[in-house]
Amino acid sequence: MSAAEQRSAAEAPVGVARLLAGVRADGRPVSAHEHLRLYGLLQPPGPELISQLQSSGLRGRGGGAFPAGDKLAAVAAQHRRPVIVVNATEGEPASSKDRALLRLVPHLVLDGAAAVASALGARKVIVAVAEGRAAGERSVLTAALKERRERLDWQIASITDGFVAGEETALINTLNGKAGKPSVKPPYPFERGVGGAPTLVQNAETLAHVALIARFGSRWFRSLGTEAEPGTALVTVSGVVARPGVYEIELGMRVSELLLQAGGATEPLSASLVGGYFGGWTRDPNHRLTAAAGLGAGVVVAFPANACGVRESARVTRFLADESAGQCGPCVHGLAALASGLEQVAHAQGRDQRDRLERWASQVTARGACRHPDGVSRFVLSTLEAFEDEFTLHLRKGRCSGRDRIVLPTGRAGR
Amino acid sequence: MKQLQVDPIECDGHGLCAELFPEWIELDDWGYPIINTLPIPTSLEGHARRAIKECPKLALRLTSLRRPA
Repeated sequence: MSAAEQRSAAEAPVGVARLLAGVRADGRPVSAHEHLRLYGLLQPPGPELISQLQSSGLRGRGGGAFPAGDKLAAVAAQHRRPVIVVNATEGEPASSKDRALLRLVPHLVLDGAAAVASALGARKVIVAVAEGRAAGERSVLTAALKERRERLDWQIASITDGFVAGEETALINTLNGKAGKPSVKPPYPFERGVGGAPTLVQNAETLAHVALIARFGSRWFRSLGTEAEPGTALVTVSGVVARPGVYEIELGMRVSELLLQAGGATEPLSASLVGGYFGGWTRDPNHRLTAAAGLGAGVVVAFPANACGVRESARVTRFLADESAGQCGPCVHGLAALASGLEQVAHAQGRDQRDRLERWASQVTARGACRHPDGVSRFVLSTLEAFEDEFTLHLRKGRCSGRDRIVLPTGRAGR
Repeated sequence: MKQLQVDPIECDGHGLCAELFPEWIELDDWGYPIINTLPIPTSLEGHARRAIKECPKLALRLTSLRRPA
């Protein structure tokens, strides 16, 4: 442990509440002053932050789980002045953790952005938030930026709402004044991003962890979580639980433990959706919450036994098909076909579609400019497996025991 | 070793490539190419180049295998 690490270790948060340790009971944002009192001053780190993040094992918390340190290293290797983009667009309808962070502890996210800017020699930092969903966060952010001391060119960018708009290349295209749709890679954002500069796009929560690793070190970070996936993560819990909301968990926690923390299920469950709409269903209460096990951007939905998993999955798949950027044939046609197939089963029209659905789902994987079709494919395949009995009932009787009840949000009118 | 890749945004699903290089390319249910991701043996590189040249959208290319980031 370095001297600096020892000095600051005394102030390091103990326990699972790391990012949320300072959250005020009244829900107002933590001021710069309160933030400093809790975590201490962040010394601007040099390039050694990169190796520190690599040894911390921190992975991106936006859903991709790419090693954060390696992402910085790729930008640094370009040897040109980079741009930092804080990705708080959070297009997943069932997720609200990045907006919660910005609203409650804005300086933690901004510290992380300032830390990576310092390590990489960047001057410009763009905080990207979703236009319609983040009105409140924007004003908190504006106020917080007035309290910052770094000589950085901070900017706030409003990004059109949409499931795909926060994908890295789509985000960069928007920031470059183009349509917010994904591009084919290469070039990767670390090679050519905002204004042609090497660009580090990092999820807001990931940067909040960076802010603490830069202060308290990688060993402290690794003191929670699993060997492969150290640290804590924010999870948005919804569905039929007593206290839905954003929770900070130790990675590797069981689904059942998280649901208990959220006040417990308020009615019997058939399954939980883990990882949001790019994730999958689990019926195992002992399922461990890790990125490797599909935690994605940190979403858990407790799904009631008396709702219909087939109908709900069909509705979400239609939403996801409609959210396609419409650029790549396999995504445009494949996702629409998957949605139609599921709808036909849900409404008892036509024959058994499972073979076709499985074939289409496996065919669309890795065939788009972005990973949108891959995520939808995973969701559909998981639906076929988790609700196998319900599918059989639908095919035989035209319905299952579930009622027509909306549980999964799509951010559309009504829900 | 080289790999054949399609630009999925450019590709319009004409399907010519699958006729010219059936050893490596098949079409999905909507006529878009599914390309074998394995390195192309030198003996078949000629077929690959022909498919690349004939694609109406010039959406195909050969790339050296590289690590995604």
